[in-house]
Amino acid sequence: MNPVRKRRLIVISLIVLAVGIAAALTVFALQQNMTYLYSPSEVEAGHAPMHARFRLGGVVKEGSIHRVPGTLTTDFVVTDRFHDMRVQYTGILPDLFREGQSVITTGLMQNGQFDASEVLAKHDETYMPKEVADAIAKAKAEHRIPAAAQGGGTR
Amino acid sequence: MIPELGQLALILALLLAALQCALPIFGAWRDHRPLMATARSLAVGQFVFVALAFGILTYAFLVQDFSVAYVAQNSNLQLPWWYRFPAVWGAHEGSLLLWVLILNVWTLAVAALGGKLPERFHARVLGVLGFVAFGFLLFSLTTSNPFARILPAPADGADLNPVLQDPGLIMHPPVLYMGYVGFSVAFAFAIAALLGGELQSAWVRWSRPWTNVAWGFLSAGIVAGSWWAYSELGWGGWWFWDPVENASFMPWLVGAALIHAQAVTDKRGGLRAWTMLLAIFAFSLSLLGTFLVRSGVLTSVHSFAADPKRGVFILGFLAVVVGGSLLLYALRAPKVAGGKPFALASRETLILIGNLMLTVAAATVLLGTLYPLVGEALNIGRISVGAPYFGFLFMLLMTPLVLALPFAPLSRWGNADLALWKRAGLRIVGLSILSGIIGWVLGARDFLPLLGVTAATYVLSGTAIYAIKRWKEAPRGKRYPLEMFGMLCAHAGVGVFIAGAILTRSLSIEQDVALSPGQTAHVGVYDFKFDGVAETQGPNWLAQQGTVDVSKNGETIVTLYPQKRTYPRGQVQTEASIHPGVFRDLYVSLGDPLGDGDWALRVYDKPFVRWIWAGGLLMMLGGFCAAADKRFRMRREATALEVSGATATTRIEVVEQNA
Amino acid sequence: MKVRLIPFAVFALLVVLFGVGIVWNEHHDPNYVPSPLIGKAAPAFDLPKLDDPAQRVRKADLLGKAYLINVFASWCFACGDEHPVLMEYANKFGVPLIGYDYKDKPVDAKAWLARHGNPYSQVITDESGATAIDFGVYGAPETFLVDARGVIRYKHIGPLTAEVIAQELEPAIRAAQGAMR
Repeated sequence: MNPVRKRRLIVISLIVLAVGIAAALTVFALQQNMTYLYSPSEVEAGHAPMHARFRLGGVVKEGSIHRVPGTLTTDFVVTDRFHDMRVQYTGILPDLFREGQSVITTGLMQNGQFDASEVLAKHDETYMPKEVADAIAKAKAEHRIPAAAQGGGTR
Repeated sequence: MIPELGQLALILALLLAALQCALPIFGAWRDHRPLMATARSLAVGQFVFVALAFGILTYAFLVQDFSVAYVAQNSNLQLPWWYRFPAVWGAHEGSLLLWVLILNVWTLAVAALGGKLPERFHARVLGVLGFVAFGFLLFSLTTSNPFARILPAPADGADLNPVLQDPGLIMHPPVLYMGYVGFSVAFAFAIAALLGGELQSAWVRWSRPWTNVAWGFLSAGIVAGSWWAYSELGWGGWWFWDPVENASFMPWLVGAALIHAQAVTDKRGGLRAWTMLLAIFAFSLSLLGTFLVRSGVLTSVHSFAADPKRGVFILGFLAVVVGGSLLLYALRAPKVAGGKPFALASRETLILIGNLMLTVAAATVLLGTLYPLVGEALNIGRISVGAPYFGFLFMLLMTPLVLALPFAPLSRWGNADLALWKRAGLRIVGLSILSGIIGWVLGARDFLPLLGVTAATYVLSGTAIYAIKRWKEAPRGKRYPLEMFGMLCAHAGVGVFIAGAILTRSLSIEQDVALSPGQTAHVGVYDFKFDGVAETQGPNWLAQQGTVDVSKNGETIVTLYPQKRTYPRGQVQTEASIHPGVFRDLYVSLGDPLGDGDWALRVYDKPFVRWIWAGGLLMMLGGFCAAADKRFRMRREATALEVSGATATTRIEVVEQNA
Repeated sequence: MKVRLIPFAVFALLVVLFGVGIVWNEHHDPNYVPSPLIGKAAPAFDLPKLDDPAQRVRKADLLGKAYLINVFASWCFACGDEHPVLMEYANKFGVPLIGYDYKDKPVDAKAWLARHGNPYSQVITDESGATAIDFGVYGAPETFLVDARGVIRYKHIGPLTAEVIAQELEPAIRAAQGAMR
């Protein structure tokens, strides 16, 4: 074999080997780490896996947030306004977590409720629930932040 | 009136960009010197107008001209002046303008420093850069005009996203874009070579310093972003495999591969087609990143507001630039064969292994990032791919690379000295095992921390052995040319990074605790005493501020003040309080109030976390040093040879002998 | 030659994928705010009028003609952004625009409307926010399009803009009116 062909053979076999291994491992890793998103209605209808992790998306139902005193465990209801799903989470909730907020939680079903290991909250900033606006108005009154900050509302 | 001038400047810049693309390329085709000569002055003109537009937008932020919609959306009267600068690039429109400005900076540099390049080649390079600038300026003017007005002007603006109100973010985007956009230079060199059909490997030598600098900036930008996420997002992680992070990481991986492939092509003439492909990939991935971040196709914590119109535009532009380049590549790329032969045990083979691992890693990151899209396209549901996917594959793919890394510098081109491999290999493995034993004696009992120590020692000792070998063998003054010094820095950076990443992951103690004022949490060897929360106030925020005394064996180390800030528009932002250290960070952030003055707190002890960024900065330094090597200064004789029509291979050999 | 076309072919596939992604996104809200009420009957409501709390407005009263409900409040910043748009478009929708004053003191709402102008044909108040929960409202502004049969046809979260009106709301109104004929 001349050097050029030999080198080519080395190159090509290396590439084939690497791509083959990478493809196999990638498929494996993807299967292990892929999660689907379901709404409470879909969970109710039995579409979500009973024993595997999935993501549950919806709105935190008003008045449903309860803390277990003295612990970091919180339970709340995620709803799509048709069906509700009780969710339990232990840990610190994200800054944006509140009633009426849309959230995505990751976890698995346990005894008919969703045991979340992660809670993500999404927020559209152009738009604000009343409680937040109140809290700011109150804070402003107390600290006398110039009223100019409210300009958005008084246009 | 002034914002309209900004818009006018952008329109003029667009026209100049169009000319900068068309005239020099046409001139190079027809061998028309005056037309080719326009490239430089057009590049200067375009830069002036883009800089003017950028200056005007910055001015609008400084004087708080809320009649400009972009200013009104991203700042308000209470925003401190120092955050009005990052506010310029805090959202889509302005950051796009920054993108174009930085592209202009690079173009200007190529125009100024490329004077010794063959005339036609230089004209084509500037023409390609002009085309890219044209696309982005058109994008800016048609879908994302930063100077659009809202009338009547509001009395006050909204706010800069509080997540962005952090010193880390003043630096992060400009540096990151310097890297991202810098790959456009290597890309333009490759396309110019393809367009001309000649100089199939000469372009590589000329583009090497540009690639190194761009990659150095990209490393720094990623480090800044990671540090920002660590200090600002409030849960102590430094990398999340988020789509936006991946968008900057993929060009980095391909850029690292490109740097090494360019070295092979430059010094040995081999891998010419591959190097060209990598140059196209690196910039394509930068464009792809821009597309992913701005089109709303993928959602992420960092992404800009989605607008389908923008998505369609960038997709079209991406299709033209990348599709066009790949087609050009398919038609005109150099033959695969060529370059000097090399044995199985040689520097070339090791570099090839590294290249394969880096590109395959970039491909798996791309796949994981885009997989949710595949799910949507095939209508099989809303899928997300978790971080463990990336972590697992990345570790696996980097293992062969790390194993090969110390041996590449120790190997000769073409044919490595196996006896040397054996000697050095024994030392490296010996030192690594020794470091593992020391780690064991110091108390590490788990597999991961020991792995971190040995792997880092493996890379660092291998790099050191090569440095010592050079010191002994090379004559004084020629021991460490800058290119080699850069390589040593970057490789040492890999070692430091490995130590940081694995040790932080395995030794960190992270606890979420509920504390009443006066209570203490024990985390590792540290006691965190919570002294309650009080209100405090900043220039544009109110905050709940906790006081946490950290002590070890009864001795106070530091008092930390984590905050939960509320900004004028009601956004809540957690500000972690960090006690930094070379060997460990102590990290506290506030969770939620639990009533009666009790609070939830995150309390972390994060050993070696700074090593991650130190490693990244060493890599950056490596890129910069290598680029400054005098080997890369343009030579008259190279140009002369080019004109005389000598083949690329002969020319390279001539230069090699000179070097 | 053929091998060299592989990168191009792979890239072409990617472009197709992104194209699908963009189209998909245009039809799906990436932020996952479920609004299962669309296509369903609007919840029954019975709320007092802002200018005369003694008078009440019921869902049954409004059947027979399509209408828009715009959830607003005097405390809401984004409603201030939306307000000029409503002032401009209120008469152009072709259907009545009903204001839904959400978790707000009637005094404040009246003052707010007096100061900025009143785009609404009538305004109903929901001081407690109890009825709003049935509508799935969790902030302001939000806008609902209810057709003549009392079915919710469209919902927009966040301020209406000229683009949203031109691209989404007006087609939805035309469709809702067309379905009746």
